[in-house]
Amino acid sequence: MLLQRFLIRLLTMAITLFGVAVVVFVVIRVAPGDPIAMMLPPGATDADIARLRALYGLDKTIVQQFFIWLAGVVRGDFGTSISLRQDVLGLVVNRLPATLELAIVALLMALAIGGTTAILGARERGTAVEAGIDIASGAALSIPDFLWGLVLILLFGVLVPVFDISGRVSPQLNLPFVTQFYLFESIVRLRFDLTKDLLAHMLMPAVALALPLAAIISQLLKQSLKEVLDLDYVVLARVKGFSETQVILREALKNAALPTLTLVGVQFTFLIGGTVIVERLFSYEGLGNMAIDAVINRDLPLIQGIVLVFALLFVLINLSVDMMYALLNPRLRHG
Amino acid sequence: MDEARISRHGSRARLWLAGGWLLIALLAAIFAPLVAPQDPLAQDLMLERLPPFWLSGAEPGYWLGTDSLGRDLLSRLIFGARIAFIVAFAAALAACLVGSTLGLIAGYFGGFADRIISRIVDVWMAFPPVLFAILLVAVLGTGLSSVIIAIAVIDWTRFCRVIRAETMGQSRMDYVENARIAGYGRIGIMLREVLPNVVPSIVALLSLEMGIAVIVEAILSFVNLSISTDDPTWGGIIAEGRLSIHQAWWVLVFPLVTLILTVLSFSQFGEGLRARFDPVLR
Repeated sequence: MLLQRFLIRLLTMAITLFGVAVVVFVVIRVAPGDPIAMMLPPGATDADIARLRALYGLDKTIVQQFFIWLAGVVRGDFGTSISLRQDVLGLVVNRLPATLELAIVALLMALAIGGTTAILGARERGTAVEAGIDIASGAALSIPDFLWGLVLILLFGVLVPVFDISGRVSPQLNLPFVTQFYLFESIVRLRFDLTKDLLAHMLMPAVALALPLAAIISQLLKQSLKEVLDLDYVVLARVKGFSETQVILREALKNAALPTLTLVGVQFTFLIGGTVIVERLFSYEGLGNMAIDAVINRDLPLIQGIVLVFALLFVLINLSVDMMYALLNPRLRHG
Repeated sequence: MDEARISRHGSRARLWLAGGWLLIALLAAIFAPLVAPQDPLAQDLMLERLPPFWLSGAEPGYWLGTDSLGRDLLSRLIFGARIAFIVAFAAALAACLVGSTLGLIAGYFGGFADRIISRIVDVWMAFPPVLFAILLVAVLGTGLSSVIIAIAVIDWTRFCRVIRAETMGQSRMDYVENARIAGYGRIGIMLREVLPNVVPSIVALLSLEMGIAVIVEAILSFVNLSISTDDPTWGGIIAEGRLSIHQAWWVLVFPLVTLILTVLSFSQFGEGLRARFDPVLR
């Protein structure tokens, strides 16, 4: 049954990705600007333009172009970036790790902040502490990552300049890395001086991305915890003499976590979507920042590639959350 | 019971505070030429980067200071409110109309219609929304209508998902069955019986969406893709402020505070309205 569920999800995933590919392909070809004209110097002849159009396959009909592109994508060939004149897949693969590291650090922060405040709020339910947590999470939720980013730039970039507000790593540093997973590699290589520099750059964009998600986790987990805390088995644990914190951590948490988990999946895709503008805000050299440049330069192949990679990431996250839910939920596991 | 009264009291206070700020901002937007102390486009290099009124070096008449071209910040914020509100109302209404209609159809009729609509929503949810918005405006060309269309095209799914789920819940209720037995047609039941019951959710979402539209417009202005560069927009002012942050912090702080207050107000106002309309919560 789990396998069947998995296969159905895989099929809908493929349909969704195909839909994304069609939509983005159609949308960017409605564009009035001619990317080829932008590439050539003003004195270029019509013949030059035509030759270049043919080179990038832009002289064929939209349907033909779509299937040529799709056939390439299936083989792992996403075409050539018009503005950077490099292989799109190479460009994307080069930038993706920076975005993934940022998103994962932000997710971990959101889980830590949201989890802690939820447990604290559940333990202190009905007190001023819980009310304070509710107000804070309400504000964190209503203010989007873009605005949090600006607030953080003002507070910790200008007012008390403790963090770098642009880039991924200090430019004067010598980087020994062979992969683009700088943070991960710096830890593996035990170069904690570099880890520190990377984290100092990453901290503010990550917090900006994490705060709205932390608020959602906090609210939902606290609610589930409060419901679970009235159940018999928890009351029994309390009677046995466990402290309230122990009761929450040892008994209540694992049963309250499941509804939060499903939500975190969807919300994590929103967080990744947020990296686009947050990376721009902090001049962080990730995929989102490159995507905005690609749009401004009308770099059709690059836009297509990046959007498809984002979409792939989103459906993969949803798929893994769905599978994790099925594995962890006893009702589905034995069903 | 005490707690319930306190929370109702709190929600009413929030509704008034949020509504108050939105009303002030809206009035300022409507009467911008009358209330703005200066011409928002007038540049004067003699007056560049004047600080706000309480700091030394401030000039009378330039309450919140000036930007790096000597333009009055308060006047630019007031005129920027015009674009923010136009975008908020138009984009949220358009997204609401498309999304609620499709959500109502999917939720009430189910079956084939639901499968198609839900599949489209799935595809839409697989796009990073900000990138999608930037892409759409780049394609449609910068301008007010492009921004409105882009926001509506991206965010109709928010209405569709919520209204679909609510409609499904309502459709299973006894009163819908009774209406059917009484001989009403399906579309009649959908519009006359189900729709009024999902209106509180639509109103709350509408207010929330207005806040989101203001943010998206600001983001588009920030990447220089919104309206023409001459008209002051909140996002455009923020983009300038981000660049001159070490020389003139106020150019970033004031539009940021304005934007945060407006977004918070829209979401709180929506919540407050829902609480007032919803018979269960009331």
